[in-house]
Amino acid sequence: MATVYQLPFEKDIYEAEASLARLEAAAGGDGSDGTASEEVRRIRRELAALKRRIFSQLTPWQTVLVARHPDRPQFLDYVEMIFDEFVELHGDRAFGDDRALRTGLAHLDDHKVMLMGHHKGRNLAERTECFYGCAHPEGYRKAITKMKLAAKYGLPIICLIDTPGAFPGIGAEERGQANLIAYNLLEMSRIPTPIICVVIGEGGSGGALGIGVGNRVGILEFAYYSVISPEGCAGILWKTATDETKSRAAEALKMTAKDLQRLSVVDDVIPEPLGGSHRQPREMAVTLKRHLLRQLRELRGISSDELVRQRYAKFRKMGMFQ
Amino acid sequence: MAKRGVPEGLFLKCPSCKTTLFRKDMEEMLHVCPKCEHHFYIPARERIRHLLDTDSFEEWATDLRSLDPLEFFDRKPYSERLRDEQQRTGLPEAAVIGKGFIRGRPVVLGITDFGFMAGSMGSVVGEKLTLAVEGATRHGLPLIIVSGSGGGARMQEGILSLMQMAKVSAALAQYDLAGGLFISVLTHPTMGGAAASFATLGDLILAEPKAMIGFAGRRTIKATVRLELPEDFQTSEFLLQHGFIDRIVRRADLRTELARLIDYCEKK
Repeated sequence: MATVYQLPFEKDIYEAEASLARLEAAAGGDGSDGTASEEVRRIRRELAALKRRIFSQLTPWQTVLVARHPDRPQFLDYVEMIFDEFVELHGDRAFGDDRALRTGLAHLDDHKVMLMGHHKGRNLAERTECFYGCAHPEGYRKAITKMKLAAKYGLPIICLIDTPGAFPGIGAEERGQANLIAYNLLEMSRIPTPIICVVIGEGGSGGALGIGVGNRVGILEFAYYSVISPEGCAGILWKTATDETKSRAAEALKMTAKDLQRLSVVDDVIPEPLGGSHRQPREMAVTLKRHLLRQLRELRGISSDELVRQRYAKFRKMGMFQ
Repeated sequence: MAKRGVPEGLFLKCPSCKTTLFRKDMEEMLHVCPKCEHHFYIPARERIRHLLDTDSFEEWATDLRSLDPLEFFDRKPYSERLRDEQQRTGLPEAAVIGKGFIRGRPVVLGITDFGFMAGSMGSVVGEKLTLAVEGATRHGLPLIIVSGSGGGARMQEGILSLMQMAKVSAALAQYDLAGGLFISVLTHPTMGGAAASFATLGDLILAEPKAMIGFAGRRTIKATVRLELPEDFQTSEFLLQHGFIDRIVRRADLRTELARLIDYCEKK
């Protein structure tokens, strides 16, 4: 078995799984023909309970670690698992083709959609090309250009968000990172077709929001969405980002799916498979697909004016004050 | 930037030319160094006095107050931090909005004050700016927002602060559709969530000289790219050179410049 990236709190799960595998091997097969011994069945039940217990009690910082897990399905994984076709459309018509933010036409069952999302990279070559999912201004320009194209032909837009943040670099500033994100917020708010956003991993600040102004905003159970990274917050408040301060920052920022729902920032929390989506990517893809299809069905048939009005009203309400 | 707000003491040293200045002289020059024209921080109330016709300001939404929805606690509780900032600045929040006149021209004016929690945008700042945009739309008036927001989106209100960026920007989209003129004035500093929303969405974008304007903080960028940053990196002059602002305007000329631009864009 290939070595897998284990999070510290997953250790017990992997140990139990290893011993279960040994028992199954000794019994000659995994018992799927209905011959599994009483002991094997009992261990399986216990294992499921263990996973449920560990993952229902994750701290916010542990949730961040799950959201960043290297085996967690990414944009291109979902493209393969959920969509029937992806016709990638490259380039922002001004500077370049940002690899951290992919855009293209896609089929989701009977629906033709404009699909886009951050891609972090599944191996070193991809990650280098994608800047670990941190988009430059040209990525945001590309995204809004394709959204306008979708609007022209009445295509719904699906945005899968997974970024630590917009890239902080010299070129990014020279090419107007702030301006391009701002422009996307403004333009997305008045796009006359349905926009469905889902945070599938990391929802890093302005870089996430830059494709995040949707009629519906959902989040996977162990994804996070925050104004600042726990590291950034810890650095500001406690001067150093140690495990302890990052953990405190993640706690303070209320960045988990449950908190976001309580703050009315997300509409739906999409449940992940037992043990997190990195353990069962296909199962996650099925759930996500079902979610997207439901959103598409619900938003289909709503007039353009009404879609824009609803989106405005949704964000107009954001905030808490007296 | 160790201390925000107006420096204390009778005398102060200009951080640019290192000249020792008599504070009153500097303040009479609209908080600009008489020697080198370094633009110091100017509180929102003084900015309003300078920009608008005498006693013409009618302030809006004065009763909005921040809550502590995250129960955020750093070195002190957020609620306590807010109280301290209110006492120190005499402002209820980091944004001031309202209606007034610039040389007889009616305008809606919004200001984010760097002195109050670095001018950062939480729910109240977002709400006030949105109300300013919506008011300008309703009354068919030009909108001017002078930003001094070093903090960007306010960390202490977490994700709700981030959402304010979308809220204000969406209001600006509707204002734009209604044909409104939005002049954004960038002052030192305008960073992060402020720069990545309302501040860079002006039909016209002006900046005071040598203001720091950008998305990511210098420290973050340095840690990421591990390169020396250009001397003028993220300054008004840098942005002008890269095509992101229309004009650099000295504080003393701002009132005249705004009146002139409004006249050019007046619909007849």
